[in-house]
Amino acid sequence: MSRVSFLSVQGVSKRFGGLLAVSDASFEVAEGSITGLIGPNGAGKTTLFAIASGFEQPTTGRVIWRGEDITGRPPHRLAQDGLARTFQIVQPFAGLSVRENIAVGAFLRHRRRADAIAVAERVAERVGLSAELDKPAAALTVAGRKRVELAKALATEPKLLLLDEVLAGLNPSEVRDIVPVVRAIRDGGVTVLMIEHVMQAVMNLCETVHVLAQGRIIASGTPHSVVADPAVIEAYLGHGAAKRLSGAAHA
Amino acid sequence: MRSYPPEIVAEAVLNGLLTGAVYGLVALGLTLVYGVLHIINFAHGALLTLAMYGAFVAWSVFGLDPYVAILPLVPIFFALGYGVQRFVIGPASRGDDSNILLVTLGLSIVLENGLLAIFRSDTLSVQVPYAMEVVELGPMLLGFPRVVGFGVAFLVALVLFVVLGMTDTGRAIRAVAKERTGAALVGIDVRHVYAVTFGIGTACLAVAACLLLPFFYVNPRVGNAFVLVAFTIVVLGGMGSVPGALLGGLFIGVVESLSGLYFGESLGQIGIFLIFILVLLFRPTGLFGAKA
Amino acid sequence: MTPRDLLPIAGFAAAAALLPLFVTAGTWLNFMIFTLIICLAAQGWNILGGFGGQYSFGHAAFFGTAAYGTAILQLRYGVNPYPAFAAGIAAAAAVGWIIGVLAFRSGLRGSYFALVTLAFAEVFRVLANSAEVTGGAAGLLIKLDVRPENFQFESRANFYWIALALVTGALVLTRWLERSRLGAQLVAVRENESAARALGVDALSVKLSAITLSGAVTGAAGGLYAQYFLYLDANIAYGTWISVEALLAPIIGGAGTVFGPVLGGIILHSLAEFTKTLVGRIPGVDLVIFGALLILVVRFPPRDIPGLLKRWRR
Repeated sequence: MSRVSFLSVQGVSKRFGGLLAVSDASFEVAEGSITGLIGPNGAGKTTLFAIASGFEQPTTGRVIWRGEDITGRPPHRLAQDGLARTFQIVQPFAGLSVRENIAVGAFLRHRRRADAIAVAERVAERVGLSAELDKPAAALTVAGRKRVELAKALATEPKLLLLDEVLAGLNPSEVRDIVPVVRAIRDGGVTVLMIEHVMQAVMNLCETVHVLAQGRIIASGTPHSVVADPAVIEAYLGHGAAKRLSGAAHA
Repeated sequence: MRSYPPEIVAEAVLNGLLTGAVYGLVALGLTLVYGVLHIINFAHGALLTLAMYGAFVAWSVFGLDPYVAILPLVPIFFALGYGVQRFVIGPASRGDDSNILLVTLGLSIVLENGLLAIFRSDTLSVQVPYAMEVVELGPMLLGFPRVVGFGVAFLVALVLFVVLGMTDTGRAIRAVAKERTGAALVGIDVRHVYAVTFGIGTACLAVAACLLLPFFYVNPRVGNAFVLVAFTIVVLGGMGSVPGALLGGLFIGVVESLSGLYFGESLGQIGIFLIFILVLLFRPTGLFGAKA
Repeated sequence: MTPRDLLPIAGFAAAAALLPLFVTAGTWLNFMIFTLIICLAAQGWNILGGFGGQYSFGHAAFFGTAAYGTAILQLRYGVNPYPAFAAGIAAAAAVGWIIGVLAFRSGLRGSYFALVTLAFAEVFRVLANSAEVTGGAAGLLIKLDVRPENFQFESRANFYWIALALVTGALVLTRWLERSRLGAQLVAVRENESAARALGVDALSVKLSAITLSGAVTGAAGGLYAQYFLYLDANIAYGTWISVEALLAPIIGGAGTVFGPVLGGIILHSLAEFTKTLVGRIPGVDLVIFGALLILVVRFPPRDIPGLLKRWRR
């Protein structure tokens, strides 16, 4: 059962004023998996991420992490506990070099500068940034900055990594480059939960996918079962779309 | 604490309200600039000092009564404010909050010390025939210049309200305040609107300076006394709110007058600073977190 | 921190320590000591403002607290000046911590942090101006009693070396900060607070460490000032002049760098001296130039004199 209770989001709702951004969402992330969280724009995915990583408090519901209730625990303590996240809009430390950017993450578990720098350089190698270590982070391309974002989080040596649209804004060849990096991270022992719009990558990477629409989880399962789910198709394409699509398929 | 008969306290309250209206006018300029440009103008106090010297020179050199000096000083200070925003603050800010902080600080240092170099640190005041005249209100005596200040401050606020509400310029200013990008898209020259707004804020100071001078003094540091007061009012009244600035001004005027009565002139200032600190620290985060 | 990190600091300290052997005129030594005191105050500001990105407009609160602490402990309680000086620094650090707790816990940053620090300094100024223990508006005079064990010296050069030792100590402290975990986390918070928090940085405690350290260093400048000039009043100790000086020097010389505050302090005060000889003693002229310089460096990135020079060379 320990596989099931790695990360467990239980009945989480979040209200901003009159808007219910997340409504009674529950799902699980199994240890060692790559799990996807998908859904149309405005479905509440990023809010849910913010709650799981301690940046927002849920209005109701709980987040359980390895058997412990972590609801409302601040982000820096969650990072200490092994739960790291990236941001959809990449957040490099603009005045610092790539090496120093990653080292900020590495300093979490290594007090000495030399150790932190060594960890940062190892992580940079894992995500393919070895050649850019001395550049200022602000000087990188979008794809480069996405890698820095990934590397900073990895340098905290997490057990669970929350990736918020790490592929958004990349061209197809850049996506192809980064997919194996994500897989290698998981193979290195880090469980991954990713919000993603690039379906090709989701189908490719994820074992389990949860679909969020209008703040609710409307489907869960393997990528292939989920994309065939009429409820999911309707959520993406509008009411009646599933029927029209299956009609078209039969015709 | 001493105790006073009620009519003394009532007189202090009324005098506080009268001065508070002029404070409100000073804060009005600050809050308008904040509401539209979303910047904190540290040079506001120094610009007020400059305006007070302007009014002083108008009286001592040209023999103009401070109330008459409003007429030339308002356009002059509007132009000055326009230029300062357009050619100094705007280009230096590059969208960075801390740049604006530093540039307006630099501006206030230049103005304050420039005035110090020219006029030295002597405290100056004007002698007008009506300085000591009083208006009787029942048993209470109110200084005539303060009553004028109160009336004109409200008049200016009213004019401003009409300008913002009913003219094309006012509509453009409100559009920019609400949605800068959108306003730019429909063809509003945002930089021009910013400069106009800054000009209006500075012109408010010119009026306030002329109203203050008959019952106040001027020295190169006089603006410092006002700048924290003005910030307190702006924060208290809600950043960017015009009626809030006036109400906040009245409130602070009364607080200052009463704490001066009970704690003496110099300790009385502490009341305002403490309110300021408390409001900053404990006001719900929405106000301050929003722009983070 | 490696020996190589410390080499430039050692070089600076050695060169500066030799100066009194050549410069013996009292007015020049006086100028150099005053400049070093300003540099020290500015080094304090640089820790919080330069590395941490939290711009304080009220470092007078720390300068004045240590200055008054040093003076009052001697005058009213007969404490020896050296422990009084140390206690003054500790008091300044404590004030830093308290202001930090209040301001950072409420999430104040940017202009609001600047405003609230300014307000704190003003509260202290008004209080010191009317309280009995600080001598009210008349101020405090430390008794002249020239003995080395009393932190007063026959020769100004001795005082110069003490000031230099403190500035050097602050340089080493800053270099350590730059190379340390705290420093990396502080810069991360400056650049992007939420990103730093996501990486396990406890932003509040990092900022609190910075403001406490910052208060202590600027406090050391205040205690030194009291001990050198032997006179204090509220407008000196808690006046806006020192808040402005402490901020200007690092901004001009390079905020968030080890040598920035010292470089800026020397540039500013050399400039001020030079203007004095040029136009005579007109009050305020030096500050007009400082202010104009501030506007200029902000106008043209990267916002400090070293940056400006690089720009012109290109």
